[in-house]
Amino acid sequence: MATSSSAGHDAHGSGQATRRDFLYVATVGLGAVAVGATVWPLIDQMNPAADVLALSSTEVDLSKIAEGQGITVQWRGKPVFVRHRTEKEIKEAEEVPLAELRDPETDDARVKAGKKQWLVMVGVCTHLGCIPLGQQGDYDGWFCPCHGSHYDSSGRIRRGPAPLNLPIPEYQFLSDTKIKIG
Amino acid sequence: MSSSTPFQTNSKVIKWIEARLPIISTIDGALVSYPAPRNLNYWWNFGSLAGFMLVAQIVTGIILVMHYTPHVTMAFASVEHIMRDVNYGWLMRYAHANGASMFFVVVYIHILRGLYYGSYKAPRELLWWLGIVIFLLMMATGFMGYVLPWGQMSFWGATVITNLFGALPLVGGDIVTWLWGGFSVDNATLNRFFSLHYLLPFVICAVVFLHLWALHTTKSSNPLGIEIKGDQDTVPFHPYYTAKDAFGLSVFLMFFAYWVFFNPNALGHPDNYIEANPMVTPAHIVPEWYFLPFYAILRAVPDKLGGVLAMGGAIVILFFMPYLDFSKVRSAKFRPIYKQAFWLFVLDGILLGYVGAMPAEGIWILVGRIASVYYFAHFLVIVPLISWFEKPLPVPESIAKAVLGDAAKA
Amino acid sequence: MSPFKIGAAALLALGLGAGVAQASEGAHMEKLDWSFNGAFGTFDRAALQRGYQVYKEVCASCHSMKYLSYRNLQDIGFSEAEVKALAAQYEVPALDEVGDPTTAKAKPSDRFHSPFPNELAARAANGGALPPDLSLMGKARVGGPDYIHALLTGYHEAPAGFVLPEGKEYNAVFPGNAIGMPKPLSDDQVTYADGTKASLEQMSRDVSTFLMWAAEPKLEDRKRAGVKVMGFLGLLTIFTFLTYRKVRRKVQGH
Repeated sequence: MATSSSAGHDAHGSGQATRRDFLYVATVGLGAVAVGATVWPLIDQMNPAADVLALSSTEVDLSKIAEGQGITVQWRGKPVFVRHRTEKEIKEAEEVPLAELRDPETDDARVKAGKKQWLVMVGVCTHLGCIPLGQQGDYDGWFCPCHGSHYDSSGRIRRGPAPLNLPIPEYQFLSDTKIKIG
Repeated sequence: MSSSTPFQTNSKVIKWIEARLPIISTIDGALVSYPAPRNLNYWWNFGSLAGFMLVAQIVTGIILVMHYTPHVTMAFASVEHIMRDVNYGWLMRYAHANGASMFFVVVYIHILRGLYYGSYKAPRELLWWLGIVIFLLMMATGFMGYVLPWGQMSFWGATVITNLFGALPLVGGDIVTWLWGGFSVDNATLNRFFSLHYLLPFVICAVVFLHLWALHTTKSSNPLGIEIKGDQDTVPFHPYYTAKDAFGLSVFLMFFAYWVFFNPNALGHPDNYIEANPMVTPAHIVPEWYFLPFYAILRAVPDKLGGVLAMGGAIVILFFMPYLDFSKVRSAKFRPIYKQAFWLFVLDGILLGYVGAMPAEGIWILVGRIASVYYFAHFLVIVPLISWFEKPLPVPESIAKAVLGDAAKA
Repeated sequence: MSPFKIGAAALLALGLGAGVAQASEGAHMEKLDWSFNGAFGTFDRAALQRGYQVYKEVCASCHSMKYLSYRNLQDIGFSEAEVKALAAQYEVPALDEVGDPTTAKAKPSDRFHSPFPNELAARAANGGALPPDLSLMGKARVGGPDYIHALLTGYHEAPAGFVLPEGKEYNAVFPGNAIGMPKPLSDDQVTYADGTKASLEQMSRDVSTFLMWAAEPKLEDRKRAGVKVMGFLGLLTIFTFLTYRKVRRKVQGH
């Protein structure tokens, strides 16, 4: 800053003023872009890391689950109920009129076509996140001990404070006896 | 244009706040209307850069802590987890590790600028001392941070540096055990270092606040080393120095980005990519580059306690600078002999850094000793002597006159 | 003073021998022109896959790579199905229905299989020497991939007068020149899946590339991001400078 201009620059031409305005806006804009680009990594780092995502799918062998039995597997840190339903349970679930349901959903929509005996759902009560107990409650399904929600044999909410049916995770049959959740 | 307009507002909301907590006028006084000498050169950019680095280190550090595990069995693996699996984890870690180096680069230049332009002289002694306190806290923080990845250099660096306290007479051994929380550097040590590494930056923030408070009380020094005599000597901080600092920051960020993106491990040590092993010492232990000059002084003294005292003294001596230099002229610009002594001192510092990186054998022992003696001689002999006999050049009457020439309206 | 006393004492106590400190100096280490060097460097996918083959068929019998998972191999060009098949060749500890320890086929999310269950077993099987984990070898030695290449191609007859301890071999770049690892690679040791001639030089380069990738898997992301960041900062610097110049004129000219 050794050089100095004389005291005569007060009068700016309009062209100069425009250029200066453009400069300010462009510089501040670039600065804002820099901040934005820096902030994204700071936020994204809190998303699931690669090793967590790698565990986000689970394969389950169904061959050892007898009719009328179920297992609970862990998927993404949550319990997933895998149940081999009896004919009776399937029938009960299919016969419920949709009008009676708080969260209307047919039983067909909750299982895979041709694999009606297999019910796979996330075992987390839709009320406040407790784990419902199997084969309890008034509807031959699940019962949440925390606040008394009853789910039927399709995992649909029937009574109690929970607003929604137990959610169905994304899963596919790899073979007749093997599914991949996630 | 008056450079120090008092804060004024027509906004009812701001007036309401101001009547209860004058925070907006305080910020305005510090960053907007603060009257800064009109002749500050680019060496004055490094204060704001240091502030930027402190914030950058805290932000990246807090993020790393979200993924790091301070336990001897998991620390190293958690750092690898950050590097391999966490989204942008590599960026966070490299920015933090290289950021420590950048922080020291900036602060060393900031300190040297103060030494060159006599910024430590009355009435800025407290400002200077607070700066040294920040520097000491930075050293402690940097050292403990380097231990956290739990690599070989982390472990053995921690071992060597904590062992320095063993040099203290009588209580040395007890103090080292106390520092370790055991009989060697181990999990207890790692955990307390982690705790303190997280704490100290916020202590630094507090001292930075005092540093700025002192600065705004005495006002900035300047390359001419003469005090502000009136409004004609100053310009408002905004937009003049905000724009200049933004430009300086952009240039500095390119320097920073070069290390982070293209040479992220050059300032570190390969041995720190080997997990800590208490049974094997690396062949050649070196501290991070920013400690090397002090490490050279430590090794120059052939006595454990003496070395530790010399190393501590090398920093403590900075506190006495306002009294060791009693020349009436502040800036080296008008002190031809002090100017030369200053550059010799810088060269001596670089030489000490080089010696610190070399194995302590052969010629390096002698070079290290001579350079260490010179370091202290600079402060204890050369600076006072120059103050005594040097004949300074004539100093301009005012900043405005020197900068704007006689055309300046007084 | 003290650090070197401590260091030297520890070294001697462990019988690792003197001479380590000065050994790394002077050894000839050729600086190769790797494809991943420079601001625009990328890994050669074919070399990475060949390097993995060398690691898998040769190095992996003694050296672990515990920070890598099979899923990482998708980054070097293997498909999801190929990775699954590769992982399934290994067994990992598991529990059966009644809680007894058993093994299961490894999944892509599992870490690379380690040749030895623990350090003691590794030492016992290797004459007391520990084959180091290779996950970070590309960064854990001065010279990185150049060092690995030079080490693998550095097995020679010991020069006259060099006393080689029992069970050791002479290596030109290894610190101290007496290395516990027998010469691991020689011509045609592996048969490359892609038909490349497996010369010692070729295998050394491929496995060095692979180990550099393993140590720094985000290298390409980093450099790509760096080029963009630098370009942007260059622009920002121009604009902040122009703005500063403008402000300076305005403020100076009052």
